[in-house]
Amino acid sequence: MLIDWFTVAAQVVNFLILVWLLKRFLYRPILDAIDAREKRIAKELADADAKKAEAQQARETFQNKNEAFDKQRAALLSQAEEEAKAERLRLMDEARQAADTLSAKRQEEQRNKAHNLNQAVSRQVQQEVFAIARKALTDLAETSLEERMGEVFIRRLRELDDPTKADLGEALKTATDPAIVRSAFDLPAAQRSAIQNALNETFSADIPIRFETAPDVISGIVLTTNGQKLAWSIADYLASLEKGVDELLKKQDTPEPPPESNTGKSAEEHGT
Amino acid sequence: MHLSPDQIIFWQYGFFKLNATIAFTWGLMLVLTGGSILVTRKLSLDLQRSRWQNLLEIVVTGIANQIEEVGLSQPEKYLGFLGSLFLFVAMASLFTIVPGYEPPTGSLSTTTALAICVFVAVPMFGIEKSGVGQYLNAYLKPSFFMLPFNIISELSRTLALAARLFGNMMSGTMILAILLTITPFIFPIVMNALGLLTGMVQAYIFSILAAVYIAAATRTRKPETGPETLNPTDHHEGKHHG
Repeated sequence: MLIDWFTVAAQVVNFLILVWLLKRFLYRPILDAIDAREKRIAKELADADAKKAEAQQARETFQNKNEAFDKQRAALLSQAEEEAKAERLRLMDEARQAADTLSAKRQEEQRNKAHNLNQAVSRQVQQEVFAIARKALTDLAETSLEERMGEVFIRRLRELDDPTKADLGEALKTATDPAIVRSAFDLPAAQRSAIQNALNETFSADIPIRFETAPDVISGIVLTTNGQKLAWSIADYLASLEKGVDELLKKQDTPEPPPESNTGKSAEEHGT
Repeated sequence: MHLSPDQIIFWQYGFFKLNATIAFTWGLMLVLTGGSILVTRKLSLDLQRSRWQNLLEIVVTGIANQIEEVGLSQPEKYLGFLGSLFLFVAMASLFTIVPGYEPPTGSLSTTTALAICVFVAVPMFGIEKSGVGQYLNAYLKPSFFMLPFNIISELSRTLALAARLFGNMMSGTMILAILLTITPFIFPIVMNALGLLTGMVQAYIFSILAAVYIAAATRTRKPETGPETLNPTDHHEGKHHG
């Protein structure tokens, strides 16, 4: 007999015990361990995903910030460039204006200098002319310059052409105030009477005259009455002299092309 | 010369006796349980784990996957029974490399005991799944006249299960013993290796067939999936029987 029923029963019991033992000591711990590990791995993967998402987000934020920063930087740079440009233009304008002002001032100075020089020349010439004339007259004819000027005035008075003479006569006759004879210096009494006589003779009337001394009447005698004026003075000569000097100065200025250096140079020249 | 380790009796008191089958079974139980305790005593939940734990994990998950492939959707529930069947039969044949060892599965008593366990477990799992009435009703499918055939099928497959395992295991040791008398050198080693292989195959067949029976018992309760699921199980059975 191959089947021993006691052994069969014993093996059934043995097998059932083995099933219980293995369940208790093998399957459950192993399955639990696997479950725990799987949970742990799932958790770690989820964590990793979360971290990845976080990192991605951080990266995007950083990128956005970077772009914003770049844009801002570019904007600031362009703004600064424009400001610098504007500042440059402003400075250049200022410099140009300053240069203009300077050059205008120089020109003005030059003009003034030229003018002063002219005036100085005029005065000098006037004085020299008078001095020379006075000396020459005194030496040659033993007459003073004043005398001679009075004579010249009288001669001019006598030599007046008819319409002028008529106008002047009319004015003298209708005038309520006495006519004014102005001269740069005090006329001597002889001269005064000579002028009075000449006037009386010329206009055949007794003409009242008041003598005045006015330094602005450059070396001459002026008769003023009721809007009419008869004058002789050295000023005419001086004017022509002034004209000659001006022309001389202009001739000096024009040949040199650069105006700034020219003005400086010419001013220097004029100064000396 | 003996056919079964049942015949090696160490101790006897009337009906009770301690033969080699029971003794080696206890030895196997000791090895299996002791090994499990040794390994699972310090289980690691980390990614790093000992190679023994790794081995046991592979074995357990491998068995669970096999059970699931057969069609049992909750392998944990059947792992205790089916896994123990496989491990016991596999270890029994694996230890044949130890001199003086007689595989307990080489005894028809042991294989009968295992077959009886399967014979009882199949309706138990079926009833647990869908209740007594529905389970018994399955014996009347597809018609009332099929009842005797269903019962015969149930009994015969249990007998086949027991006889198949016994025959294979017994033949292995028998062939080895016979060969040792004819050609004592080299050839028995080859046959021993072949015996290990057939032992593993038998362990696989035994537990898979049990799984298939359980699957059939728990599945046929669903009429709409019945015919579809029966076909692959029949196929399995036919193949292994062949």
